[in-house]
This record gives sequence, C-alpha cells and structure tokens, in this order.
Amino acid sequence: MSLIEVKGLKKSYGDVHAVRGVDLEIAPGEIFSLLGPNGAGKTTTVEILEGFRTRDAGSVSVLGFDPQTRGHESRIWRNRIGIVLQNSADAGDLTVLETINHFSGYYSNPRNVEEVVHSVGLIEKQDALIRNLSGGQRRRLDVALGIIGSPELLFLDEPTTGFDPEARRAFWALIQQLRTDGTTILLTTHYLDEAEALADRVAVINKGVIIEVSTPAELGGRATSQATVQWRDGDAIKSEKSDNPTAFVAHLSSTFGGEVPELIVSRPSLEDIYLEMIGGAHE
Amino acid sequence: MNKIPSALQLGIRRGTLEIKQFMRQRESVVFTLLFPVILLAIFGSVFKDTIAPGVTFSQYFVAGMIASGLVNTGFQALAIMIPVERDFGTLKRLRGTPMPASSYFIGKTILVLVSTVIQILLLLGFGLLFFGLNLPSDPAKWFTFAWLVVLGSACSTALGIAFSIVPKSGRGASAVVSPIVIILQFFSGVFFVFTQLPSWMQQVAAIFPLKWLTQGMRSVFLPDTFAGQEVAKSWETEKTLVILLVWLAIGIFFSVRKFKWDRA
Repeated sequence: MSLIEVKGLKKSYGDVHAVRGVDLEIAPGEIFSLLGPNGAGKTTTVEILEGFRTRDAGSVSVLGFDPQTRGHESRIWRNRIGIVLQNSADAGDLTVLETINHFSGYYSNPRNVEEVVHSVGLIEKQDALIRNLSGGQRRRLDVALGIIGSPELLFLDEPTTGFDPEARRAFWALIQQLRTDGTTILLTTHYLDEAEALADRVAVINKGVIIEVSTPAELGGRATSQATVQWRDGDAIKSEKSDNPTAFVAHLSSTFGGEVPELIVSRPSLEDIYLEMIGGAHE
Repeated sequence: MNKIPSALQLGIRRGTLEIKQFMRQRESVVFTLLFPVILLAIFGSVFKDTIAPGVTFSQYFVAGMIASGLVNTGFQALAIMIPVERDFGTLKRLRGTPMPASSYFIGKTILVLVSTVIQILLLLGFGLLFFGLNLPSDPAKWFTFAWLVVLGSACSTALGIAFSIVPKSGRGASAVVSPIVIILQFFSGVFFVFTQLPSWMQQVAAIFPLKWLTQGMRSVFLPDTFAGQEVAKSWETEKTLVILLVWLAIGIFFSVRKFKWDRA
C-alpha cells in the first residue's frame, strides 16, 4: 500500500493554474524526491500534502488520511508526520536543548532528546542560544524539530541550502540513517546531486504536471543514453559519443598500446538530463 | 502508543516557554514592565495638584495606568509580537505539529496574565513608596479589582490575537498598533481627567474597552464620593462588565475564525 497517494490534484490561484493534475504514489520506506524549477507547482503540491493548503480538485491520501481534514483527527495525523520547512528563523532566545525539549512535548512518542541532538550533530551547541547558531546549525535544528516526534513520514524542503560541502555530506548521512530506521521521506531540493545521492525515486514537475517519475539513474533515459569518451591525443583533447563505450575504449587502448592519456568515460549527469527535460517542456 | 497530550497541558507548556522567552528579551521586559512606572514618575512629579478633596492626580493616574497596562501587555504586545512570529515562520512551524491552536492561545493568555500581574505589582509598589498612593481597604473593592484584571486582560489578549491579522508584516506592526493604543489612552482619560475632555472624545472612548477599564479602576482606587464626578454620576460597574464581555466575545470570535498562521 502507498504511504502517499495523489490523484488528479489541481490548485489555482486566480488565473494561475499552479497544479494542473498531479498523480503521485510514494511507497513506505522510500526517499522520494520532487524536482522542478521555481513556479513549477512543487511547493503548492507539497504544502497540500502537509495540510497547509486546500486543493481545488483531485484526491489526496497521506498515511491514509486526507490532509485537508481539521480537528482532533488532524492532531493524531500530525503526530505521525514531521515537517522541515524552508526559511524558519525563530526568535532565538531559547537554547537548542530547550527548544527540542519543548517540541518533544507535543508528541505522544517523542524520540529521546539527547539522541536527536546527537544525531543532528549539535551536542557542542546544545546550550547555545538559537540566535548564536550559524545558518547550517539552525538548519540542523530544524531537522531535529522535524524528527523529534518519531515521524513515519518526513517532509524535507530544501534542507541543505547554504550548507558547506562537508556539512552537506554529514547531513546526507543523517537522512540515510533515518531511512534505515524506516522513515519515509519526501524531499524537495534544487540540488540534483543531492537527489541523486539520497533519492530512491525522483519525480520531475514542471508547469503544474509531473513529466516523469523514475530512479535517478534512469531518469530521462539516462541509463541507456550515449556515453561520452574523452582522451588526449597529442596536444588536443578529443571526445566521441558512443553506444558501446567499452568496445571503443578497448579500441583506443590498442591504438595507444596500453594506457589511454587522460581517459574519461561519462554519461549525462542528472543535472544535464533534468535541464533538458524542463527546457524541453518550456517550448 | 501513548495518547497525545491534551490542549490544556500543551497550553501550560507553551505559557511557561513564552514567559521564559519574554524574560530573556531585555528590551521587552524594560519597555513593558517598567514603562508605566516611568510614566507614573514623570506625571506624578509634574502634576502635584489634587483633583478632588483627598484625591491626588497620582492616585487618579495610577488607576489609569493599571487599566492601560492591561491594554499594553495584552493587546499591544500581542498585536505586535504575533506578526513577527508569523514573519519568522514560527507560527507555520507550530501549525505543522500536533499542537492545537487553542494551546497557542492559552500560552499567550498565560504570558499576558503573568506580565500584567508583575506590572501591576511594580506600579502599586512604586506608587506606595514615592507618590503617597492609598490602597483601598474594602474587600469588595479588591474583588472588583480582581475581576477587572482577569476580564480586562482576557479581553485584551483576545483582541490582540484578533488584531494580529491586521499588520501586513512584523516590521510594520508597531507602527500600526502603537498609535491606536496611544490615542485610546488620551481619549480614555489615562493621561487627563476624563471629564475634562471634549464630549466627542468621551463618546468615541466609550465605544472601546479602555475607557471602561480606567473608570472601573477609579472605582477601586478613588473614594466612592468621587463617583458623582464621573460623566454618568456613577461608576457604572454593571455596564462595564457587559461591555468588556461583549469585546471579549468579539475578540475570541475573530481570533478563532480569522487567525493566520502563514504570511501567504
């Protein structure tokens, strides 16, 4: 059974048709990434799933519940999900530990506070006021607040914006650990390498519709597309596209009598494929 | 699976947190808690006359300051603070948790009540020490005082939460809210003797709760003989109760129906 099931989702703001018929199915335990340019309907879709916005048409089920429902049922549902929003910047007059501790009180089965502080790497900063944290540390606090309720489903919106490369790697490891623990994750991100590193499946949304859903390796026919072989021949860098790169490299190798100078074999990156897809959709 | 905590439990939890946050913001502590005392010091030193036999201006002024303190710590503080929390994303984050809206409102109510009580104690203490303030000895007056504080601050809290949807941004909130409060203070007889104001001002003031709170506080702190010098020649206690209840209902209605968690 799907954890999230969306059929024919539509939402307009006046004359702007932000979401024009989105279908999605997300399975328990997977990291699913939603990719798309600004204004593609990404945020609207996710906010409808999070229960922040109402829809105009279609059906939505998240953990078997319609996010549009209000009242006590909705509290029980929110008890099972975690949300890490973009740009939250609370007034920083509380310490990291006080804040996480406070939020843990909202849930019926919170995770251990010290464990969460540890897992987001804020042990040394646990008694610091939030106002004194760096951008990356604040973001990790956001994640801590998203996971403190031991959610079955976690929404992550642009989680690593403003991270340095090292912090981003550490963050990825944290997300992978969450998946290992059984958390389903819906990730929206601008970073294609992030989607590639984390997501089991990605969906590309543009102009309010889903263009394709696939694994990162197979998106846009990436796995079967031509490889580019590049090498140095004297002073010149040469390259050639090939359906059979292995045979081509063997041929090169015999030509050079062993090592091929500065050999690179590459396939289009997820970013290349993605840009082509959304560029194509613009026409 | 444990049960999710009740709205009241979470409300008390929020209240504790709100007070902790409030106490850590020095500007807000000084401004909200000490400002009325500073005003009392200034007005008490400038106006030394008696306005009726045995009634000093300080005595009259303390009644007005306690009433307007209820408006400052509730209406004014919340109508400025909540749009800031909305801008920061604090409210949206809370909306995404199982904490219900009612807990958030209970938390704010606790914050207002606690800061109001501290403010009143400071004013009374300061008035007693330096401005010869007379405290009432009749228990009935203290009873009136108690319900005026509780109802007044409930009313002020509800209206502050309701009004928080008006300012478009956190940064502009103070510019929208503060003038309203200051004008009401002038119109409602906080800074001047109410009966000396032009009658149109008195009539405008009579629509709003602050006028009734100041009059109610005068009924507590001034001798009953002074009632004859009010506009209606009486303290109008029942009317005050009714008008405050009506405003409380209006505040609660708009808070529950129109509250915005998100800027968008």
